[in-house]
Amino acid sequence: MSVEMSDDPQATPRAIEGRAPDVFRPGGWVPMRCHRDEDAVDFVIVGTGAGGGTLACKLAEYGFSVVALDAGPYFRPLEDFASDESEQTKLYWTDDRISDGANPLQLGSNNSGKAVGGSTVHFAMVSLRFRPEWFKSRTLLGYGADWPIDWREMWNYYTEVEQALKISGPITYPWGPKRPRYPYRAHPLNAAARVLAKGCEALGVSWTETPLATLSAPRGLAHPCVYRGFCVAGCSTNAKQSALVTWIPRALAAGAEIRDLAMVGRIEVDDDDLVSGVHYHRGGRWHFQRARNVVVAGYAIETPRLLLNSATDRHRDGLANSSGLVGKNLMTQSNQAVWGLMDDEIRSYKGPPSLAITEHWNYQDKGKDFFGGYAYMSQGPLPQLWANTLAQARGLWGARLVEEMTNYNHVAGLKIVGEMLPQERNRVTLADEVDQYGLRIPRVTYSWCDNDRRLIDHSLAFMTRALEAAGAKDIWTQDDDTCHLNGTARMGDDPRASVVDADCRSWDIPNLWICDGSVFPTVGGVNPSLTIQAIACRTADRIRAMARRGELTGQRATGTRTAAHATSASS
Amino acid sequence: MHDRSRPPALPNRYPDYDVLAKRNGESWNDKTREVIAERLAVTATPLFFSASEFLLLEAIAARIVPQPSSRPPIPVAALVDRKLHADVADGYRADGMPRHRDAWRRGLRALEAEARAAFQRPFVELSEATQDELLRHAEAGELKAADWGGMRCEDFFKRRLLHDIVLAYYAHPTAWSEIGWGGPASPRGYVRLDVNDRDPWEPAEAEPGREQEAARINRHVR
Repeated sequence: MSVEMSDDPQATPRAIEGRAPDVFRPGGWVPMRCHRDEDAVDFVIVGTGAGGGTLACKLAEYGFSVVALDAGPYFRPLEDFASDESEQTKLYWTDDRISDGANPLQLGSNNSGKAVGGSTVHFAMVSLRFRPEWFKSRTLLGYGADWPIDWREMWNYYTEVEQALKISGPITYPWGPKRPRYPYRAHPLNAAARVLAKGCEALGVSWTETPLATLSAPRGLAHPCVYRGFCVAGCSTNAKQSALVTWIPRALAAGAEIRDLAMVGRIEVDDDDLVSGVHYHRGGRWHFQRARNVVVAGYAIETPRLLLNSATDRHRDGLANSSGLVGKNLMTQSNQAVWGLMDDEIRSYKGPPSLAITEHWNYQDKGKDFFGGYAYMSQGPLPQLWANTLAQARGLWGARLVEEMTNYNHVAGLKIVGEMLPQERNRVTLADEVDQYGLRIPRVTYSWCDNDRRLIDHSLAFMTRALEAAGAKDIWTQDDDTCHLNGTARMGDDPRASVVDADCRSWDIPNLWICDGSVFPTVGGVNPSLTIQAIACRTADRIRAMARRGELTGQRATGTRTAAHATSASS
Repeated sequence: MHDRSRPPALPNRYPDYDVLAKRNGESWNDKTREVIAERLAVTATPLFFSASEFLLLEAIAARIVPQPSSRPPIPVAALVDRKLHADVADGYRADGMPRHRDAWRRGLRALEAEARAAFQRPFVELSEATQDELLRHAEAGELKAADWGGMRCEDFFKRRLLHDIVLAYYAHPTAWSEIGWGGPASPRGYVRLDVNDRDPWEPAEAEPGREQEAARINRHVR
């Protein structure tokens, strides 16, 4: 078979010549509006995950011309996804990266994605709102940094995203201010979720069914979840409401162009200190797409990497970096666990991995010796993940490992998503080595602070009690795991202390925007995807409002940074 | 200290269960069939490693995931070899670690040098207990031969050797049957999710002394 004939989505771009893959039909196509490189589009978006995919959809629906580029392949889940952990590592961002610091991060699997749809293609679908106070954690709770956005405004955008993804969730949510009922009913509990519930009830804390972005009823061409349990290896039935099957089909229908296998290496900035487009690698060579605005949505490592790799003589420290904060304040979330064996058969591989949750320690401030909070959820590791956990975190190998693995169907676990504090020393910088595109690779440096350790210790002690109360034996703790990545281009009210403003617009370059988890000033104790998508929806609304007032670059008369932001902040 | 050199005492908890009996059923989609068929066709001829490297890797894999002699072995070393041949990476490495292919070559060379320095014999000729002893020293960060270069032996042991070998073993259907996992599940999925609940297409766990009952059920898992 010739290269031109190949339909290997990892080898040859699929979204070309006026059509893109139809994710709902094997071998199918949908029409796609295409733009020429030399024609400046309103927005070029780098990345198509929770931030970029959502924003591409919203901006296209608002009538802007949009080209969204993704370094990864354009999959049709129904035909491309196997029920196999090894095969599905093709969803991960596995380009070369160096990880160092006192607590080096494990990258590549649960905290990255390289596909159209980004890491939402393999995320665990947990869709939680921030606790309202976290948007003002410095002022109200005494730690971290305040967001420049009011929680009541976010509450409306959360509702929009929950509706857009038909989140399945409980009728009443036990924590926080009133929220609308979730659009779709909650999924049934599996045995692993029952263990969480039993532990919570024994210790007197609330629990609930986890709000999840996977269907509990039919939706269009997508079927309800069949509980096959491969969620974090990619959903082969399209029940998962990833950006790939939600925002992106909407974006195409509204006229956006998606370019797969398109790696952006540099943002071009002109002599007026405005960006003019992006250099991207596709089909074996470099291209340049002109654009009136550039949005970087590559997640917390690739976003700062691109800004730093785009340095020029006039922007020696990288773009949008007059604050010196690009790459700094990287925040992962702690992901420690307590595991044990039940007499009962649990078979936690069935169903979404985290069907039950408690956010008790996100909302309860008494009895803590640390700032921030954590949620914990039931778990359902597949065999490779579980074996690797026993090997890496428990140090088992040899006969002990293969024997312990035969207890697989009796394992129950509780795992946190814990808040880690922003620290400038935790950061993304450029290493001297280069990748397959000739671009300098990122060096990711991470060290926990004392508060991070105290939160982890508190969670492990509490979850150990909960698992004991649920009847587990042979309990042990997994101390080293982390998950989502945020920070590195934080939003704020002060150009000296942040990279972008509340609208995700960079302080330094008014037509350069950042719209992904990078903009988080703090991470809270919940999975970030719902908040990233809510921010993207808000950003799209703000861009539309600014465009109507003639405040986007090229439309406004005043060119100074102060004037531009005085205007946008006054609305 | 735990004696790692003993063979595994594997209870036959899922007698007569073979996850591959499901491969033509509703739990396997075409893509899964294609991927697993490729894996099952892997032969014990290296494509990435040299013949001597491959022998050493086989000896190490036998210590990390010892296998019972009662069934055909999982070709763990060959599966690791294929992953490296296909250049499948993890997406990160510790400071001082080479990329995965170079790390494996260097790590094997260093382990061989350590064996010869400490015991005057190639690694593959050492007793299982001695092989384990050497691997424990690597795990503990105690090996310092010049061949390691800037790579810490504990990083190689944990992040490369242990990681890749364990994942290779549990990528194989034989291992899935051994632990009673339902296996691939698209599009059929599961219905019975609750405590002690089991779909007819999942294996039954044997209660001690009642293996025949479970075996009878498991022979019909499709």
